[in-house]
Amino acid sequence: MNVTLMAEIWVFALAVFVGIEVISKVPVVLHTPLMSGTNAIHGIVMLGGVLVLAGAHEPVLMVLGFLAVVLGAMNLFGGFVVTDRMLEMFKARKKDGKA
Amino acid sequence: MIFLFEFLYLLSAVLFIVGLKFLSSPPRARQGNTLAAVGMVVATVTLLAQLQFSPEGGGIHNLPLIAGAIAIGAIAGAVGARRVAMTDMPQMVALLNGCGGGAAALISVAEFLHKGEPRAGADTMFGCIIGSISLSGSVVAFAKLQGLVSEKAINSPIQKGVNGLLFLSLLGLVGWLGFAAGGANAFYALLGVSLAFGVLMVMPIGGADMPVVISLLNSFTGLAVAATGFVLENNALIISGTLVGASGTLLTMLMCKAMNRSLGNVLFAGFGSTTTASAAGAAGGAAKNYREVGVDDAAVLLANVQSLIIVPGYGMAVAQAQHAVRELADLLAKKGVDVKYAIHPVAGRMPGHMNVLLAEANVPYDQLFDLDQINPEFERADVALVIGANDVVNPAARTDTSSPIYGMPILDADKSRHVICIKRSMNPGFAGIDNQLYYEPRCSMLFGDAKGAVSKLVEAVKAL
Repeated sequence: MNVTLMAEIWVFALAVFVGIEVISKVPVVLHTPLMSGTNAIHGIVMLGGVLVLAGAHEPVLMVLGFLAVVLGAMNLFGGFVVTDRMLEMFKARKKDGKA
Repeated sequence: MIFLFEFLYLLSAVLFIVGLKFLSSPPRARQGNTLAAVGMVVATVTLLAQLQFSPEGGGIHNLPLIAGAIAIGAIAGAVGARRVAMTDMPQMVALLNGCGGGAAALISVAEFLHKGEPRAGADTMFGCIIGSISLSGSVVAFAKLQGLVSEKAINSPIQKGVNGLLFLSLLGLVGWLGFAAGGANAFYALLGVSLAFGVLMVMPIGGADMPVVISLLNSFTGLAVAATGFVLENNALIISGTLVGASGTLLTMLMCKAMNRSLGNVLFAGFGSTTTASAAGAAGGAAKNYREVGVDDAAVLLANVQSLIIVPGYGMAVAQAQHAVRELADLLAKKGVDVKYAIHPVAGRMPGHMNVLLAEANVPYDQLFDLDQINPEFERADVALVIGANDVVNPAARTDTSSPIYGMPILDADKSRHVICIKRSMNPGFAGIDNQLYYEPRCSMLFGDAKGAVSKLVEAVKAL
């Protein structure tokens, strides 16, 4: 076990607690946008695909990396756009009484 | 230089966390989503700069391919996200989630081949297994919600046996690859078995439980992404993946709690498969009487009460009746009726799905009340108007220990002075369970599809 791995495990363990803490107070009203919002955040997997593709020389790795980037980008862009569309619609009652 | 890159990754992680935090309050939620997107831009730029400029970056090969792949994915994702109907949101999230899981699995395979060793690290195998399960499971969840395969729950001992065998072979393959240098073929087998496991895990689960499954698969993908972060030694991936894994797990628990069931029960009990028996039993009993009410009578009643609680269900959303419902609520509010909406935690097909659908119809969110807030108010309400909801107002959940939904928290619509249920027919609902509420003396049935019936109510109220 090296120092880098140990540091990564620290990051992982702390992120678990932050993830739970940050989410625990979300009202039910926002559960669906939250689900699709977190869904968008794991779209960061696109960057993993970029790392693979940027270092690929063999055709097999290029194909795998290419597909990973396409899928990751769909997850990323689709997730953020769809979440924004949902949240755009959440409006409070206006002061003048009209909804 | 390396500190600059690490600092920028830290900045993107902070943006994700603050973004998630903002998502917890309705007025700031949209801002939160934007912040997370900004974090994503920061992380992407940092990664490209790191590859190009840092000593161990090794430069960017295949730049046109990278740009092309991002463009294809971005256009497909964004166009799909723009076009999808709000009622189809669960399928959309399932599909996007499957993409993420698939990407994680592909990265694991690529890294295994890239390292060219016969053994695989725990992180590589974990990313491959969980990513594949998430991919194939999400595709099945999508197919079920889209009606491409049967939504029914399946509960057979054979299927459980096959699942057990698959699980054992997964363990075997992990041992072979981890300790005995199984090589590329063993890794492909691991991929195949994981994909099959994902299909068989979701296939037996009924449509009503799909929200829980999607939420669980969402957290799976998060964990798979975190695993690829370990494989690629990238903190941004580890943090983001873990955040999603942890929050998704918590969200899954909250949803199970709302249905008063354990996660194990959702995944393995084949909920809904026993309901044909109980529905038949109910039908076989003495013919029960229900009261029918006409549109005009219902309109008169609604226009002359003090307080009304609307209980919307997925049936309302399928009929696209939410705009008509809002119009009715506005009309009644002008006549001095106090209108509230009661939202069951599992109304719709995802937690909070109903809130989104009503928000789309411009219903202000401060009129929406969740179960704990609204239940004490039913006793004081003059009318509960149930539109396309069924199981979430079935009193059997409180009283009938033999009912499959016994113990599920329900909205106490049956406690208000009058109940009007808008329903197409007396057929049992989504979970196939007969509803005792319809036979209560204080309950009247208004037959018709949700949109037609509510539109007629609007006309009738206007004519008063």
